[in-house]
Amino acid sequence: MISMRDVRKVYETGRVAVEALRGVDFEVGSNEYVAVVGPSGSGKSTLMNLIGCLDTPTSGEYELAGERVAGLDRNRLAEIRNRRIGFVFQSFNLLAYASAQENVELPLLFGGVPTRERRERATEMLDRVGLADRADHKPTELSGGQMQRVAIARALVNRPAIVLADEPTGNLDSAAGRGIVELFDEVHAGGQTIVMITHDPAIATVASRTVTIRDGRIVEDRSAAA
Amino acid sequence: MKLIWAELALVWRVFESDLEHNRKRIALTVFAIAWGTISIVMLLSAGEGMKNAFAKGSRGMGEGIAVLWPGTTSKPYAGLPSGRAIRFRKEDVALLRERVPEIAAISAEFARFGTPISAGDENLNVRVRGVEPEFGPLRNLWPQPGGRFLNPLDQLEKRRVVFLGDKLAQDLFGRPDVVGESVVINRSPFVVIGVMQDKVMMGMYSGPDESQATIPSATYESMFTGSQPQNLVYKPVGDLGDQALAGVYRVLGTRYRFDPEDKPSLGVWDTRENQRMTDNIAIGIQVFLGIIGALTLFVGGMGIANIMYAVIKERTREIGVKMALGAKMRQVMAPFLLEALLMTLLGGILGTAIALGLIAIIGVLPLEGEAFELLGRPTFSPGVALATSLVLGAIGAFAGYFPARRAASVNPAVSLRYE
Repeated sequence: MISMRDVRKVYETGRVAVEALRGVDFEVGSNEYVAVVGPSGSGKSTLMNLIGCLDTPTSGEYELAGERVAGLDRNRLAEIRNRRIGFVFQSFNLLAYASAQENVELPLLFGGVPTRERRERATEMLDRVGLADRADHKPTELSGGQMQRVAIARALVNRPAIVLADEPTGNLDSAAGRGIVELFDEVHAGGQTIVMITHDPAIATVASRTVTIRDGRIVEDRSAAA
Repeated sequence: MKLIWAELALVWRVFESDLEHNRKRIALTVFAIAWGTISIVMLLSAGEGMKNAFAKGSRGMGEGIAVLWPGTTSKPYAGLPSGRAIRFRKEDVALLRERVPEIAAISAEFARFGTPISAGDENLNVRVRGVEPEFGPLRNLWPQPGGRFLNPLDQLEKRRVVFLGDKLAQDLFGRPDVVGESVVINRSPFVVIGVMQDKVMMGMYSGPDESQATIPSATYESMFTGSQPQNLVYKPVGDLGDQALAGVYRVLGTRYRFDPEDKPSLGVWDTRENQRMTDNIAIGIQVFLGIIGALTLFVGGMGIANIMYAVIKERTREIGVKMALGAKMRQVMAPFLLEALLMTLLGGILGTAIALGLIAIIGVLPLEGEAFELLGRPTFSPGVALATSLVLGAIGAFAGYFPARRAASVNPAVSLRYE
């Protein structure tokens, strides 16, 4: 699914060049569940941005589902994000003025899926995360856990190769967080590949593999006993 | 395109939520656009009214007619020296009518300035002219209800009948409805058969029609023996004005022996030239007024662009989210463009409604005076509507495009961290 070779990322901030990633080799296979851990400033967010095609590496090779990402233009990258990647954010990032249903439909809208199919797939996905009865609610009318479920439904609706999650339980209380962890577990069990940044030890234990990043390098890569 | 429709409902809700955050700012901007629309609609409508008044004024003398008067040759021709004065004769009319098929209607105009005319105790000296019945339609001399213009029988029987200019009728009798009354012209009694309808004349020769007395040319010749036409007035067939004029030079050149290419032999006033010119002036004025209006609107457009920039800053994170979900450049831009167009549309509708109200009010105000006859009243027309819509659309698109382009250039990785 993911294949990175000697990936570097340098940010030019004024006169100082910050090297966020200093040569990362990273492989993720199909249906893996990878937890990425590391202190803040270690470069894990940069790694997520690169995996998610929100940014391109300064040097090195990156293939996502067999496709080289380097050198693609913005529209092409948008297309790849649309078809291959589902994002789940710490702060949910739902559109406040749109209903749960409309939020889930958004990736399909950008992908040019016809209206009727869009409706059906979004409804089905909301049903899968247990929110079929909340389809018409605005995000402000939902709890944190429910918002994150909507976000997960949105991430999955376009059947992506990978779900990228950035601290998905970071803004939730422990009960709601547990629910989300369980949901990710189910999603993984359904055959989905997941890469997740987390501090949550509960997730680190369910993940099939834990990657630790420090100072722009992968310092530890440990698979859980199967 | 389908996508834009699918997003329209969302765009409206985005606009509603923006409206909540920026109520005052959006209201002011929509008002600015409305104000700009009012000014552009009013200015264009004023221009339209003026164009109509111009057209009416230039029609006052007659539509597409040419007026001829005698000239002086400037070239020796057929053994005759240059500098010869040409004089018209009454037979010229019949000759031209017969020999120049491009002439649709023609009349001679005999005339004397300072001819005494009286009614009761009122004695005036005016221009009295003798013409053929065609002269009326040619020169737009239309009778007020209850009267008529000269007819062929008047001509045939050399009747002593007169068609009075409306001002002349007023001056002689102190009232307009004087059909059937008697006047005395040059010591001969005449019956008034018609009084001219009021009209605006922007071009004229030998004074305004409202102050002249018009009688049959046959009657005129019998009263003033030996007189010859002062002018010939004709109207060409369709747009054959150039051919008709060439025909006139050819026929009269043969008759009076001057070179048909010797232009000064005849004096010519071709009113088509004037109409072209007044049309061009009117269009020029309208373009000028339109530009002033468009500039006013432009300021409103800047307001909208300003709001859109602020809105985009507020929604940077949302833009990043949409990009993460796979929105392409145009999918990011479309909502902002639509929102700017929506605000422009609202302001435009509001402004047009107010402007139409103002135009309606001005239309019924009892305004009098020559200024109004010349400038006309503001008139809304499909052309004005089209021009206004085009300018509004262009300004809305302009006010949306640049902010939208900035939105599309947002770096998604950075904007997702943006608070």
